[in-house]
Amino acid sequence: MQKKDNEKVGLGKFYKPYWLLIFMSITFLGLQATCNLQLPEFMANIVSQGIAVSNMDKVLYWGGLMIGLTLFSSICAILVGYFSSKVASSVARDIRKACFEKVMAFSAEDYNKFDQASLVTRSTNDITQLQMFTLVLLRMIMMTPIMGIGGVIKAVKLSSGMGSLAWVIFVAVAVIMTTIAILLMIAQPKFMKMQKAIDGVNQVSSDELTGMMVIRAFNTQDVEQKRFDDANKHLTGLSLFANRTMVSLMPMMMLVMNAVSIAIVWIASFEAEDINQVANMMAFIQYAMFIITSFMLISMVFVMMPRAVVSSKRIKEILNTDISIVNSEEHQTATGEKVVGDVEFRNVAYSYGGDANAVEGISFKALHGQTTAIIGSTGSGKSTIINMIPRLTDATQGEVLIDGINVKDYNLHDLRENIGFVPQKNYLFSGSIASNVGYGSNADIQTINQSIDIAQARHFVDNKSNGIDSEIAQGGGNVSGGQKQRLAIARAISKQAPIYVFDDSFSALDFKTDKALRKALREELDQATIIIVAQRVGTIKNADQIIVLDDGKIVGLGKHEELLQNCDVYREIATSQLSKEELGL
Amino acid sequence: MNNNAPRRPMGPPGGHGNFGGQKAKNFSKTMGKTIKYLRRDLVVIIVAFMLAIGGVIATLLVPDILGGATDTLMTGAMQKTIYKEIKKYDLPQLPAETKAVFEELAELDVDMRVLAMEDEDRTPEQNEIINKLGVAKPIVKNVVQQMPESMKSNKVSNFLKAYSATTIGEYVECLNLNEVLNKIPSNYRDAVAKTSLDVTPSIDTDAIVDILIKILILVALSAVLSYIQGFLLAGVAQRVSYRFRRDINAKFDKLPLSYFDKMTRGEIMSLVTNDVDTISTSLNQSLSQLVTSITTIVGVFIMMIKISWKLTLIAIAILPLTMIATMLVVRKSQKYFAGQQKSLANVNGFIEENFAGHNVVKLFNNEQASVEQFSQYNEELRDSAQQSQFFAGLMHPLTMLMGDIGYVCVCVVGGTLAINGSITVGNVQAFLQYVKQFNQPINQLSSITNTLQSTMAAAERVFEFLEEEDEKESENVVECPSDIKGSVTFDHVRFGYNPDKIIINDFCCDVLPSQRIALVGPTGAGKTTIVKLLMRFYDLNGGSIKLDGIDITKLRRRDLRQNVGMVLQDTWLFGGTIMDNIRYGRLDATDEEVVEAAKIAYADHFINTLPGGYNFVINADADNISQGQKQLLTIARAILANPKILILDEATSSVDTRTEQLIQNAMERLMQGRTSFVIAHRLSTIKNADKILVLKEGDIIEQGTHQELLEQNGFYAELYNAQFEQ
Repeated sequence: MQKKDNEKVGLGKFYKPYWLLIFMSITFLGLQATCNLQLPEFMANIVSQGIAVSNMDKVLYWGGLMIGLTLFSSICAILVGYFSSKVASSVARDIRKACFEKVMAFSAEDYNKFDQASLVTRSTNDITQLQMFTLVLLRMIMMTPIMGIGGVIKAVKLSSGMGSLAWVIFVAVAVIMTTIAILLMIAQPKFMKMQKAIDGVNQVSSDELTGMMVIRAFNTQDVEQKRFDDANKHLTGLSLFANRTMVSLMPMMMLVMNAVSIAIVWIASFEAEDINQVANMMAFIQYAMFIITSFMLISMVFVMMPRAVVSSKRIKEILNTDISIVNSEEHQTATGEKVVGDVEFRNVAYSYGGDANAVEGISFKALHGQTTAIIGSTGSGKSTIINMIPRLTDATQGEVLIDGINVKDYNLHDLRENIGFVPQKNYLFSGSIASNVGYGSNADIQTINQSIDIAQARHFVDNKSNGIDSEIAQGGGNVSGGQKQRLAIARAISKQAPIYVFDDSFSALDFKTDKALRKALREELDQATIIIVAQRVGTIKNADQIIVLDDGKIVGLGKHEELLQNCDVYREIATSQLSKEELGL
Repeated sequence: MNNNAPRRPMGPPGGHGNFGGQKAKNFSKTMGKTIKYLRRDLVVIIVAFMLAIGGVIATLLVPDILGGATDTLMTGAMQKTIYKEIKKYDLPQLPAETKAVFEELAELDVDMRVLAMEDEDRTPEQNEIINKLGVAKPIVKNVVQQMPESMKSNKVSNFLKAYSATTIGEYVECLNLNEVLNKIPSNYRDAVAKTSLDVTPSIDTDAIVDILIKILILVALSAVLSYIQGFLLAGVAQRVSYRFRRDINAKFDKLPLSYFDKMTRGEIMSLVTNDVDTISTSLNQSLSQLVTSITTIVGVFIMMIKISWKLTLIAIAILPLTMIATMLVVRKSQKYFAGQQKSLANVNGFIEENFAGHNVVKLFNNEQASVEQFSQYNEELRDSAQQSQFFAGLMHPLTMLMGDIGYVCVCVVGGTLAINGSITVGNVQAFLQYVKQFNQPINQLSSITNTLQSTMAAAERVFEFLEEEDEKESENVVECPSDIKGSVTFDHVRFGYNPDKIIINDFCCDVLPSQRIALVGPTGAGKTTIVKLLMRFYDLNGGSIKLDGIDITKLRRRDLRQNVGMVLQDTWLFGGTIMDNIRYGRLDATDEEVVEAAKIAYADHFINTLPGGYNFVINADADNISQGQKQLLTIARAILANPKILILDEATSSVDTRTEQLIQNAMERLMQGRTSFVIAHRLSTIKNADKILVLKEGDIIEQGTHQELLEQNGFYAELYNAQFEQ
């Protein structure tokens, strides 16, 4: 893990501050291992120098030493436990913090390179995975080389005069490693497939829960049962195979270990010359077990390692992502004051990196005190355009200006302070209605209430048992879509910014609320620049200017009546939603 | 191994034992149900248990038998050692005349020292005999002088007897060499004494090989038994998981929809994944561990008693100490584990929330505040993680220490017993191995009880779900006429999702065959409620809904739904081909009928532009075709189903204009000749409806045609005019 990759940031730097703790941990682990290595010899001594030659003093002597040594080793183990848990938890904390800060600094574009669920898993599970690995590494794995090598040295010393014994260990280790390797090679791919099969079962179940009404409506319960049964059988078959393969591991290991003991006794029966050597043989069996378990532990690393490596890779991907939108250091027009709010697009284009531009040739002015509407079908580039105003994305060509100054030249914080933005996917945080409406702006109660009024949310807010202090669940799960939209609008309004952008923010509102809201907006925010993206013609037909987008280009700009006359796309949209009479055609 | 449940970001970190698990509310009852559920596999389980017990017994016999080998080895080694020792006391070669002299001396009852004395120190009688040695006299004197003191002190008669000794025992007795034999434990002395002096002793390899073969058979048997046991239990575990998953899933279709209002999807999904997984793992591992642990404990105990009850007492005496220490640590760590769980949930929740609202955080310049809040949660998590991990790590050294103390105690007492000969060294060694085997199953038992607790908690949840009451058909079912006309009557309908909170109070309405009904109202007004009632997803609290004059509760749900089709805005497609997705409407439809339906629904064109046409596979998330296309497919599906009554949910927006037009045309075709209920968003639809139902806050507040409602100048008029006011 500490190895340096070609990548910019290894995770090693997160371990560096704790080098002393790591050092202490390893030192005590070494001490612990050394103690543990002595124990079998002491046990052998109890037998050979004490019991076998009827010397009670020796039994007590070695016994006392043994307990003392175990006590010391336990203390070492506890210290190792303390240091390692401190290191693991601290490193995990630091990486978590770094990830969180990094993601918070991401621009929308950076963020969209990952999917959200994956970002969350990376910042939670993957780090926990790494923490566990660190712990196991510091507690056990570091011990195995000491135990393994020490065990071999001890064993060789003990086997003096019984040369063949050492070979038994080599053979045993080889057999065990091969067995584990073969089992893993057979089972590991099945476990991978099993994971997929589990996802498959979950997918069908989850489908059925979502489509419950459709399934019942079409009386297709049997088809669904069959579909589930197929997935279920597939999973059962795979897990059966994988589990049955792994089940053979333990008996196999036990057999090898027992066979080793048998072989050692057998060899000793030919080669042992005196009592001492028999006692040595008993100790030798112990060391043989030590060595074998060490190698088994090492093979465990091979099981755990790939997971930890994948986790660390995934974490590194977050940490090594370049942040695409940053404050330009050179010319920051740090106003700190409110701008007037005239927004201008000058021949703006944006490309996601492919050959074709997602939008291009976008030029328009949205002045303060006016409402500018943008309409167009899904995928026509509406959101792309408005996201450039608060620099959620940056134009790849052309300029976006506020009060004549390029948005890139503003201090990011100041820029966003001047824009009240309601994103298409509005998100509410757990907390209260008030905490959500006042989010980020530290607005006072009066402003919050006023914003709720303008957003036409007063009625339902008052209907809640605790008014503006009513609880909001994570993601706004306990309010309806329309209510969520109105709270998101109130949140933007409470910023009291000179510029407001509404990205398809009225779609879940009924006509009446939609209208009342637009009316209130215009009246209360009479000096503000308002930019509305909408799909409903009804929502925007009173706007001061309407921009019609088709396939990333502006195909119409003007008022409702003008566009009905001279813009085909607009007329098509309008007639699909309203009757000709209603449109006055 | 990798068998962990799918992505569970809030889940426990795993890996460190089963601290702080949940407990079942009624352990024994759930246990009973579980056993009943397992009854088909009970025979296999019992066989597996027997195998486990057999395996354990075979393993347990090994140290005892190996002790025999050790004893033989030990005896052989001791014989070799003593033989070497005895060789130091080798007798000199005696020529015939010398031997005669010795025999004469023997009669004088003197010891060997007499030969090493100066002449003046001996009696004349002795000198006379010794002088017979002649020229050999100084040589003999020299040899005797060189002899060890113990040999010199022997009577000459004994010394002479030693020449005829055949075993070490006789030799030692003749030469009074007891201190040599005393160096070894008394119970080996007899065996060593019998050792022949004529051949160099060797270890009784044959006897050892016999023993080792016995052991090899036992361990191989044990390995085979435990493998078969594992093999069988893995099968049981998988079969049971299969059945649990199947039954849970089948239950989805039997429960009333209202049940799912009470449960979150996560809760139900967790049954299929986590809970079944817990049960399966437990069956796979804990159950056999339980059996082997108990067998081991009992077996070890018996074997220990067999070797020495005194040592057994010593070994048992240490147990309570171990248990108390273990319990203290577990109790303490449970607290910290709960704490870690809580802070982990906080951190994960906060991360999820802030990542989900990433844009909002940035737009409202809240990054700094978020990071600060996060740091606080993060710090709490670090502290609790460190504590819980530290405590989890305490367990091992503690039990090791306790185990070693027990071990040394047994060594000391065992050593004493071996020295005074009441047990052999091999016995002590075997006993020591049993002591080592004693601790592990006891530790295991404590963790198994925890696992069992959480398994029963999981099983309890699953059984609770499986035992929920199913939707029932009416007692006196009426056969559904095959030619339904499609008239629908709402007769004083009274309904609330919660009986305490009635939302539709008293709704009456007659719908004639082929009429078009528009449901209008703000979001959340309960437009889908009417749909759910008509499909009988929910039952009424009062009044009735009649289809062609038949109360729908009298019909089988299957028959009713056969006649009522549904196209919802939330299109529901599954991973599979377009053909299969459309055929979902009528499963026995031929390919031609499917294509025909697609044509009517204006879907044929776009389907043919897709790679593979009707065989184009829609992926699991159904995101490889557009929203509008999905809608066309669901319309085609409804056309294929060909119901008499239709429920349509008009799309609010989000589709490009051309597809939008197609959808409208398709819906228009679909509605022809059918009684349709449209959740309407488009004014044109609403105005063309034969009847408009206006909903507000769940209740139907107005009904009539567009014109009638405008004239009423009520809520509908208000809604309608809102659109056109400047």
